[in-house]
Amino acid sequence: MKGNYDLVIIGGGPAGLAAAVAAYDSGVEDILILEREPILGGILNQCIHNGFGLTRFKESLSGPEYAARFISEVEKRSITVLTNTAVLSLDKGKLVTAMNAEEGVFTVQAKAVILAMGCRERSRGALNVAGSRAAGVYSAGTAQKYVNVFGYMPGKRVVILGSGDIGLIMARRMTLEGAKVLAVCEIMPQTSGLKRNIAQCLDDFGIPLYLNHTVTKIEGDERVTGVVVSKVDENRKPIAGTEIHFDCDTVLFSVGLIPENELTKGAGIELSRGTRGAVVTQSRETSESGVFACGNVLQVHDLVDFVSEEAEIAGVSAARYILGGEVKRDAVEVKNGKNILYVCPQLIDKSVGGKVKLFFRVTDTFKAPTVTVRCGNGAVQTKKLKVAVPGEMQSIVLSEETVRGLNGSVEVLVEVDQ
Amino acid sequence: MSSVKVICTECPMGCEIEVLVNGDEISVEGYGCKRGREYAEAEVVCPRRVVTSTVRSSTGRMVPVKTERPVKRSEIFAVMEKINAAGCSLPVRIGDVIVRCVSEDINVIATANVD
Repeated sequence: MKGNYDLVIIGGGPAGLAAAVAAYDSGVEDILILEREPILGGILNQCIHNGFGLTRFKESLSGPEYAARFISEVEKRSITVLTNTAVLSLDKGKLVTAMNAEEGVFTVQAKAVILAMGCRERSRGALNVAGSRAAGVYSAGTAQKYVNVFGYMPGKRVVILGSGDIGLIMARRMTLEGAKVLAVCEIMPQTSGLKRNIAQCLDDFGIPLYLNHTVTKIEGDERVTGVVVSKVDENRKPIAGTEIHFDCDTVLFSVGLIPENELTKGAGIELSRGTRGAVVTQSRETSESGVFACGNVLQVHDLVDFVSEEAEIAGVSAARYILGGEVKRDAVEVKNGKNILYVCPQLIDKSVGGKVKLFFRVTDTFKAPTVTVRCGNGAVQTKKLKVAVPGEMQSIVLSEETVRGLNGSVEVLVEVDQ
Repeated sequence: MSSVKVICTECPMGCEIEVLVNGDEISVEGYGCKRGREYAEAEVVCPRRVVTSTVRSSTGRMVPVKTERPVKRSEIFAVMEKINAAGCSLPVRIGDVIVRCVSEDINVIATANVD
């Protein structure tokens, strides 16, 4: 096979697909997508529920339907796709080492690289829940794959820890397939999933949600036989005497997603502690020039529509880099201000031009807050929100003129008027 | 007069809508858009949902499916029984009818291209 491409995209999920199409339409036609699964589409292939594409297509699509729209766009263009191919490493010179059954281990030299590897689920190990290693403990996404892709049920009586969207979706899915979902436990005072998923996945089926509760023990030796759920105090420590026991054979963990950045780290690219993805400019360019990142590998999104939007920025930027060469950065830092968990991008490069959309998450629930972007002592942009919760990503746009006028680092903050 | 609080599921905003019922008269408050208004009204009169699931194909591969329109919420489990009793042969294309008339005249259609 060919040993060099203008653009190599690592990952053929929603981010990689949209990035490929955008780069191609911006004039770069020599593109290779590397995908480790047998088919394109990434996580969307197991997300058979609907609700995708409302922002982008103004209709409610299932995951595979949303993916199919982008896959057919990729197929219309002469973009090379290698499936069943795992990328092993990326080095500083944009040399990609990958492996598949036909070629063995091989290398591809790229002029630019787009990182689109997605994210993975936080595991039970990350939470240190007491109990033996009994069968019947799954991450929600693993259970989703078993049910939707392989077609078998992981259990009959289920307790779900964490109220992330995948957990809520699986509460409904397993109920539809005949399982009894006994409880969804959330350690925080609010859910981390979207409100509509509480309504249509839990409320519709009478599945109880226990806020301020966590699983403190998983019982059973060979197979899970039950769990102990305890109420937690304001420091998220279990309160003695509040234990509730559930007889169950299955525990699902839906406790957060982590961008999958092993390749990024290996390439020596700077990561953000807030997003756990690469530090990027608004072009989605990482600390390594010509290497871009988009989608859940950069920041965990709630909605695939925003993944596609971000991937298109990365695709267009990568094409500009390939066709126009490296441009010296004139970057200012974007800092997390009061009540802000993270902002992405973390840098605004004034040499790029155009407006800049800053995505951010808040640390807590705020009713009718004001978002302010500050530069020096003055506000350069403000926005009123109806409500802001940690589970829903927000954004604020800086106009081209505002960006041009920035004379130092900016800070994003959220406040509730007194 | 009674009041029902509805969380809209039409989009990720999750608007909290209030539906006031006074005999046959229904008024809706707090909706963010036309879809939300219609959704909230329907929630009080006759809630409906799109059901998504899978059907096992002749090769064993699972084919993702959905009802082409929302079915009555009270019919969801009856619809699931019909979907689970069905099979299909490959290939299928998005939009192919997999099960006919699972509720009223609503069909179950494929939501993925499977070869």
